[in-house]
Amino acid sequence: MNQSLGPAQRTLPGAGIWWETRASLAFVERNLYLVRRYWHLELAFLIFNVASAMSVLYIGEAQMQSGGGTGEGRFDLVLYLGIGTVVWAYLRAVFSNVGEMVAWERWEGTIEYTMMAPISRLAHMLGVSLFSIVYGLIRSALLLGVLALFFSVDLSNANLGGAAVILLVGSISFLGFGIMAAVLPLLFPERGEEMTFVISSILLLVSGVYYPISVLPDWMEPLATISPATYVLEGMRAALLDGTPTMALGPSILPISILGVVTLPIGIAIFGWGERYAKRTGRLKRSG
Amino acid sequence: MVATLERPSPEHRINTETEIGSAIVMSRVIEPAAIVEHVSKVFIQRPLFRRGAVKEVRAVDDVSFAVGRNEIFGILGANGSGKSTLIRMLSTLLIPDSGRVEVFGYDVRRDEAQVKRLINRVSVEASFFKKLSPGENLAYALRLYGRSGPAVRTETYAVLERLGIARDKVSEPLEQLSRGMQQKVAIARALLTSPVLLQLDEPTTGLDPRSKLDVQGFVRELRHGHDATILLCTHDMAEAEALCDRVAILEKGKLVALDTVDGLKRRFGAEMGMRDPSLEEIFIHLTGRSLAEDTEDDNE
Repeated sequence: MNQSLGPAQRTLPGAGIWWETRASLAFVERNLYLVRRYWHLELAFLIFNVASAMSVLYIGEAQMQSGGGTGEGRFDLVLYLGIGTVVWAYLRAVFSNVGEMVAWERWEGTIEYTMMAPISRLAHMLGVSLFSIVYGLIRSALLLGVLALFFSVDLSNANLGGAAVILLVGSISFLGFGIMAAVLPLLFPERGEEMTFVISSILLLVSGVYYPISVLPDWMEPLATISPATYVLEGMRAALLDGTPTMALGPSILPISILGVVTLPIGIAIFGWGERYAKRTGRLKRSG
Repeated sequence: MVATLERPSPEHRINTETEIGSAIVMSRVIEPAAIVEHVSKVFIQRPLFRRGAVKEVRAVDDVSFAVGRNEIFGILGANGSGKSTLIRMLSTLLIPDSGRVEVFGYDVRRDEAQVKRLINRVSVEASFFKKLSPGENLAYALRLYGRSGPAVRTETYAVLERLGIARDKVSEPLEQLSRGMQQKVAIARALLTSPVLLQLDEPTTGLDPRSKLDVQGFVRELRHGHDATILLCTHDMAEAEALCDRVAILEKGKLVALDTVDGLKRRFGAEMGMRDPSLEEIFIHLTGRSLAEDTEDDNE
């Protein structure tokens, strides 16, 4: 209770950018608490990710040992797959954390309290997005660290700065996609979460995470062009495998910048529409 | 946000001679904290991707009342009567189909952000992150209301202690606490944000008698010490009688009575041929059923 409130008057809590930014940190703090409390699940998922990634990289090793390429080519395939697994782990973490922001709260039964709190939806998303990026980076760094112990990786020619730019810009469009996906559990309380999972699975399939998109059937290739992961992976591989200078990464940076500029505001607008729809139809109510 | 709320003069606020279902209900409240005017809400249940009958449920049907500032206003009704729907509309969680809902002069639809700064709610289910501790849940909730730091932590411990939650329980996962304790944490969450309109949706359901009294004491303290207005939905007639200045009775989405408990007894006692009917008897007289016969309704 606010003991300073006198009997004469009560001032309404403030608003404004600074107030909203501070309030948005609530989501970062809360998710850190949740990660700490669910540490056993986090550990299990990390082990699953590491095991999956290593399996994929060993497929690459086996392919090379069975005469699939020269010594230099062999190394490239392992690194090619390694970039795919680590970058996808990051993008998936960003997408999932944002995409599940409603589903998780609905499951816990807190969604109405969060929606009732005096914080703008933009600040809400900012907080969730900030945590998602930090969480994704830490998870991916741990994955990269473990993979580096088992596979020799030569990044002496890599353009690490360019790769970082690609990842940062790519994160924005993934946040936009995540926010769009987050609206699904608002509209479909019982099936929304599954739909979010389907979207991330399709992105995995069409974005060239483990193979060039040229191997996809013709009808599937257009889907790759609207997936930001396609350009992030192309750019990351160009920067890390070929050492392409940052200025020459334009063919990757431009589309993901456009996708980011388009998907983020569209995602926020769709979420706002979804929230109003849920409030008109009573779909915010606790379920699960 | 620079708006301030001036405290009313002591003689305020409510003329208890009320009428039902008309603007007169509003005009009798001199300084309203909340206004609900000709509000209706219909839920349409339509099967997704399947053919089937569309079900229409009129949860709130042309309800009007006003809650005076600093009043404890009770809403009585069976499950499915529309009381939780009303609370959700006042909490900005539901958009009314028609009518006007205002909190301290702010329209819940047009001025949603301002309304959110003035309200909080305690619902029948203590909605928390179950793996997080009371301390962690409250830190999260308070930060959403712009409150953080060591002073807030100290205040949190003090409020929890006064609600009977020992310091060693503050860091245990909430799922390990009893339902009563969880509900007390929910009440602490609302109290710590200092709402000027606190909406309590069956806050003592499932609590032991001692905890019930504790919570009721806090409700009174919040009204007297913090100038809060309380909207209380309850099944508990004794609680309504003990706490509420006025009581509204809802049945199938309609407001069927609104008055002080004494006023209801005077008015309906004669009609029922009883000198001093209990609130429960009045409720049965008006609705044709007792609250014990309640059945669950998905739209509540």
